[in-house]
Amino acid sequence: MTQAPEEVLFDADIDAKADDLIARYPQSRSALLPMLHLVQSVQGYVSQEGISFCGAKLGLSDAEVSAVATFYTMYKRRPCGEHLVSICTNTLCAALGGDAIYKAVTEHLGTDGKPLGHEQTVGEPGESGSLTVEHAECLAACDLAPVLQVNYEFYDNQTPEKTIALVDALRAGKKPAPTRGAPLTDFKGAELQLAGFFPEDYVTYNGDIDGPSQAVETLRGAQIAQERGWTAPAAEDVPLPEVEKK
Amino acid sequence: MADPITPVLTKRWLSPKSWRLATYEQLEGYTALRKALKGTPEQLVQLVKDSGLRGRGGAGFPAGIKWSFMPPNEDKPHYLVINADEGEPGTCKDIPLMMADPHSLIEGCIIASYAMRSHHCFIYVRGEALHCIRRLNAAVREAKEAGYLGKNVLDSGFDIEITVHAGAGAYICGEETALLDSLEGRRGQPRLKPPFPAAAGLYAAPTTVNNVETIASAPYIINGGSAWFREMGREKSPGPKIYSISGHVEKPGQYECPLGTTLRELLDLAGGMKDGIPLKFWTPGGSSTPMFTVEHLDTPLDFEGAAEAGSMLGTTAVQVFNETVSVPWAVMKWTQFYEHESCGKCTPCREGTYWLAQILERMVEGHGTEEDIDTLLDVCDNILGRSFCALGDGAVSPITSGIKYFRDEFLALCEKNKAAQPELVGAQA
Repeated sequence: MTQAPEEVLFDADIDAKADDLIARYPQSRSALLPMLHLVQSVQGYVSQEGISFCGAKLGLSDAEVSAVATFYTMYKRRPCGEHLVSICTNTLCAALGGDAIYKAVTEHLGTDGKPLGHEQTVGEPGESGSLTVEHAECLAACDLAPVLQVNYEFYDNQTPEKTIALVDALRAGKKPAPTRGAPLTDFKGAELQLAGFFPEDYVTYNGDIDGPSQAVETLRGAQIAQERGWTAPAAEDVPLPEVEKK
Repeated sequence: MADPITPVLTKRWLSPKSWRLATYEQLEGYTALRKALKGTPEQLVQLVKDSGLRGRGGAGFPAGIKWSFMPPNEDKPHYLVINADEGEPGTCKDIPLMMADPHSLIEGCIIASYAMRSHHCFIYVRGEALHCIRRLNAAVREAKEAGYLGKNVLDSGFDIEITVHAGAGAYICGEETALLDSLEGRRGQPRLKPPFPAAAGLYAAPTTVNNVETIASAPYIINGGSAWFREMGREKSPGPKIYSISGHVEKPGQYECPLGTTLRELLDLAGGMKDGIPLKFWTPGGSSTPMFTVEHLDTPLDFEGAAEAGSMLGTTAVQVFNETVSVPWAVMKWTQFYEHESCGKCTPCREGTYWLAQILERMVEGHGTEEDIDTLLDVCDNILGRSFCALGDGAVSPITSGIKYFRDEFLALCEKNKAAQPELVGAQA
């Protein structure tokens, strides 16, 4: 007997997770964005089956779900590689080398003299070391420019050479540690966390939470203040203001 | 006079595992909540009004006044929604704050919810900020276990839930009504105002949307009082502010200074211009704030100072560019961003950014004409104030300010094209 494709793809665990998401919101439709991350964590993209799954859970038509899924850049419409590499090419990163990094990396990963295109994948999705590369808008790490993300973990202060070494390592199945973020897993694993589900294993969970974030740049102001003895004015515990009772 | 750097929001950042509850509690964490819960919501709103705290997301609306718009009754549920969809080019303050000290935001959310009689708060975090999402979720979990969150917080009888919600990559969701649509599971497109969110926001119920830095400031104000807060900054723009300095400076980074600090002072802290190459242009608060030049080194960077000098304070995302950067190129890159991020709901922005990007691309390639400058300004004029939300207004800022200060550079791009047959955007031979 053949089962409908969505039943095979989205098993009882995913179904339970979808129900869990719905329960987090006063109105079920609010669970749609996390649920699209959830289906992406299964397939590495938002497929037609994924859209139908979300629609069935939320009582929405495929068209209504598609309208939402196609609006947001993080929902991918074709299967992604094991890792998603997002290179910031917004103005500030670009001026500091982001454009050069994007060009160098896409040429490095291209074939027959043709650079890899935006959101194109090198290697077969599902295989170890396969990579999808995209140019990204400002990733909100401008003090660490030029930056990129792999599966939404930060790799700061990049150069074309560093990034090429990074993608080569990823292609070889290695997982270099991000500058800021949790130990690298894969795109699907990141999507599961974006959906709101974190590792149940205590050690892994804590390792993720305590992954580095205290970059030199982030702490610079606080560091200078400490060195020079600068502080905010001293605060005393003052009572809350009196207001007339209504 | 306050010190040049006044660590308030950033004061725990140097501590080991500053994101953990244990560290937070050691350093006065959740003391403001205990104090707030002993007061009334009216007292808290009054205190935030007295402090003069203004919204840190860009617009600078007084936070206490915004809070006071929430109805005093609870006929419908009230919601507090935190705008953590940081994506304005150059802006990088909320993400480090949420990574380094998520509990300060959580404590602020609980206090603000109590002040606005909300029992469910949502933190809408930009999807790409995975490490923040992780840390916030962990902070919510820790706070719940410690009794700061959930039913009957610290035996006060107050109930509050916080849901951390990941976005999915859309700059427009930083616009508060687009954010609400997105949080309702729709395409993130702005709503017509009025009604304002305080009347009909999330699920058409009374809602306040506040920026991360604004809400994270609340616990310090509760503890220190309004007079203390006003010891920093300027009369109409009080308090400390995280200035994010990026670009061609020796030491880019996060510097929490009193509002009204100037670029000259910030550059001094950041070790000056990188390799001594002179400053050419800079943004006071992200790409949507009209650019400044060397003329504005001593402009006080607060809400009034930036506005009087023809720009906006925005998010205090100070992007610094030196003489090696072409202004038309930078403007083109920013315009491509707005074109990509325009949500498509209104015609001036959707069509306008599309044509602006094409004209600029052609100019940068050296195929422009002088009339293109007029066309650009004309299209900008048809977007500014005529689009549905502020994205359109932001999109024209780099262009109009770029042409205002660096018209010669745009003209120079057309110079060699004068003799040749001009190429027109969209015209077929």
